[in-house]
Amino acid sequence: MTKGDMAGFLKGFRVLDLAEGGTMLCGRILADLGADVVKVEPPEGSPSRKYGPFYHNVPDPEKSLFWFAYNYNKRGITLDLESRDGRRIFKSLAKSAHFVIESFTPGYLDSLGVGYDDLSEINQKSVLVSITGFGQTGPYARFKAPDLVAMAMGGFTYIAGDPDRPPVSISFHHQAALHAGAEGAVGGLLAHYHRQNTGQGQHVDVSAQQSALWTLTAPAPHWDIARFNARRTGSGFISPRTGAFSRYVWPCKDGYVSFEIRLAALTGAGLESLFDWMAEEGKLDANLRKISASRDAVDLDSMSKESLGRLTSGIGSFFLTHTKGELSRQAQVRDIMLYPVETLADVCQDSQLKSRRFFKSVKHPELGVSLSYPGAFARISPQGMRIRRRAPLIGQHNREIYQRELGLSKEDLAFLKQKRVI
Amino acid sequence: MTEGAVLDGVKVLDFSWVAAGPITTRYFAEYGATVVKVESTNRIDMVRRSGPYPGNEPDPDQSGIFCDWNCGKYGITLNLNNPKGLKVVRQLATWADVVVENFVPGTTTKWGLDYRSIKKINPSIIYLSSSTQGQTGPRAKQRAFGFHLASLSGFTELTGYPDRPPSGMFAAYTDSIAPRFSAAAVIAALDHRKRTGKGCRIDYSQVEGAVQFLTPLLLDYTANAHVASRTGNRCEHSAPHGVYPCIGDDRWVAIGVFDDEEWKHLCQAMEMPALAQDTRFSTLQARKQCEDELDKIIAAWTKRYEPRQLMEALQEIGVPAGVVQTYEDLFTDQQLAHRGHHVYLHHDLIGRHAIDSLPFRLSKTPGSPRFPAPRLGEHNEYVLKHVLSYNDDEIADLIASGALD
Repeated sequence: MTKGDMAGFLKGFRVLDLAEGGTMLCGRILADLGADVVKVEPPEGSPSRKYGPFYHNVPDPEKSLFWFAYNYNKRGITLDLESRDGRRIFKSLAKSAHFVIESFTPGYLDSLGVGYDDLSEINQKSVLVSITGFGQTGPYARFKAPDLVAMAMGGFTYIAGDPDRPPVSISFHHQAALHAGAEGAVGGLLAHYHRQNTGQGQHVDVSAQQSALWTLTAPAPHWDIARFNARRTGSGFISPRTGAFSRYVWPCKDGYVSFEIRLAALTGAGLESLFDWMAEEGKLDANLRKISASRDAVDLDSMSKESLGRLTSGIGSFFLTHTKGELSRQAQVRDIMLYPVETLADVCQDSQLKSRRFFKSVKHPELGVSLSYPGAFARISPQGMRIRRRAPLIGQHNREIYQRELGLSKEDLAFLKQKRVI
Repeated sequence: MTEGAVLDGVKVLDFSWVAAGPITTRYFAEYGATVVKVESTNRIDMVRRSGPYPGNEPDPDQSGIFCDWNCGKYGITLNLNNPKGLKVVRQLATWADVVVENFVPGTTTKWGLDYRSIKKINPSIIYLSSSTQGQTGPRAKQRAFGFHLASLSGFTELTGYPDRPPSGMFAAYTDSIAPRFSAAAVIAALDHRKRTGKGCRIDYSQVEGAVQFLTPLLLDYTANAHVASRTGNRCEHSAPHGVYPCIGDDRWVAIGVFDDEEWKHLCQAMEMPALAQDTRFSTLQARKQCEDELDKIIAAWTKRYEPRQLMEALQEIGVPAGVVQTYEDLFTDQQLAHRGHHVYLHHDLIGRHAIDSLPFRLSKTPGSPRFPAPRLGEHNEYVLKHVLSYNDDEIADLIASGALD
């Protein structure tokens, strides 16, 4: 390992990462924070390498951009846990591991003799983070929970989409697992903090359903106190009192912008600033100024549907004459609360992110290129946090870990490889 | 302080308000840290104005959202523009292990509450600044609400149907990502400081944190010049994959088939053996050619049943399915009940009320909300006396001078 790998809060702590899918973010967060995270894959490679998108659209286990995203900063080994030799090796590794992360069906690791009870016998300080759809126990514990299911059961899906069509989840179907992975990092670190104080490890049980639930705005009091069910309202807010629709996604010349009349009126230079601009371009109907003359008039609940409709129509026509770029730049200059609805291309070219030098170049020698990645999830000073290495190739660190650390010989390795143990 | 709790003895000075910051500090409070939440009578946590309120009567001390996100914290009011108030806050900054703030970048300096100033009086402070777009950069000082940030991070564009404008979601999505990353960083920093005595400054931007949940799609752009967009409920590695209508008003079940085995079982459940034999649908690629048709077939079946019934029957035979749950459904969800998800606290004014519990369970040192969210300034006396050792006369003087406004 190079010196650069040893930076960070969790320097010196070893993680064995058996997780799959978006839950691999758990191990990545620990790795980002400086831990020595070893991703453990089956000999043929992790099933998560099948998730696209792929580098140059070639579905290849060494070209999964999903794999790249959630396994950088980790080293990688192969190991077949279902074989007796594999489990024996895993137990040797577990002796010196501070964390083990997994996302198997509840009971799977126990059935192999490497569940929490077994791990704590080998190493009483061990922290096992188990991340599943619904938790380790309970009536739904064995339910399959792909993102579609976890987001639905967590309550997110119901509140997203247009009212006249089925509700939707976000079109990158790994969200719940990513949320759960991040929760696993928090829970794991709390257990770690306790372990550091007491020498006692424990089992952290994370539910993706509950993690998805936390994307909602305090559902418990909404139902318990007010018997309120949030519903999807499409690209705007709906006044429960008047039924008035206040748009927040507006089409413009080359896409969409995010702007809401009431909030814009109450912040910055208010709607007046927008009307001034519209007037400069000869696009202001003087009646619009009258409608919003008093700040109280621009209250979603008290404003008439008719007034809101006229404001929406006037502003909407104006937005259609400008691009996202023009609208956001003028919004900044004129202090109007408006932002672009960014596409993924826009995000990569975003001026705020660029100015913060957020995107980082990461070498991929096996591809002969460097790829531009979103950078660290936070800026930490003075310790720093960065992408130190790209995601491992299949078995890339077998020799480093099995030979140099566990003391297996070259012949042992060859033999294990032949037996498909690694 | 709770003996035996993981973060027993950890001291947090919390200036944050709304969602991201307060949910972050809720993790700490839940696990035994002493979290002192600073508001002022002129500047109360905005979320106190959001409700929902019992009987629909607005009262900043009875806001449901506030109570969900701020249980277990000590609430004080301090006037930062009053020299005596400022003195108290600096004493708290010396007392604290962690400071959490989400002021508009650049505004803490005038009160001497910026990182550099606090580091002078408390060299090993862990200082978390949680902002919408980062501490630096051209838009750092621009205000933005949750739906703006979801738009800036690419999530709005990815939500909805391809033949329409994006619809987005009824939630501040980036606010839910922020606390997880922030809390992880702070806890790691606390552990690190125990071993080294060194603090740190954490600059968290909601946009930079949120895009981590889309990194593969960003790589798809930087590596392949491909711009992913919204697909309704379609998923490239699954078919059928959708949300289907059930009995009842706006009731839906989500069903996703990820391999041919699951497809056969779904056909079995629908009592359509011919469908299972039909080569037009026998592989994922084949099914992806006929998704519209498949969705119609499945919807015609699901609409005869209740969503929970369907979910249980399909999961029983290994087909991924889930009820599209409402807030109300969450209260009758058996699994959430098993997890003890809804915890009931007794609030002085609201009475008994439910809050959401955190998504993980620690087997040996479970966390729990120790007391309800504070009324405005509820713990002024407690904190001044027990944290800062002020006596009654000194407290009276502070009150008289307006320092606790």
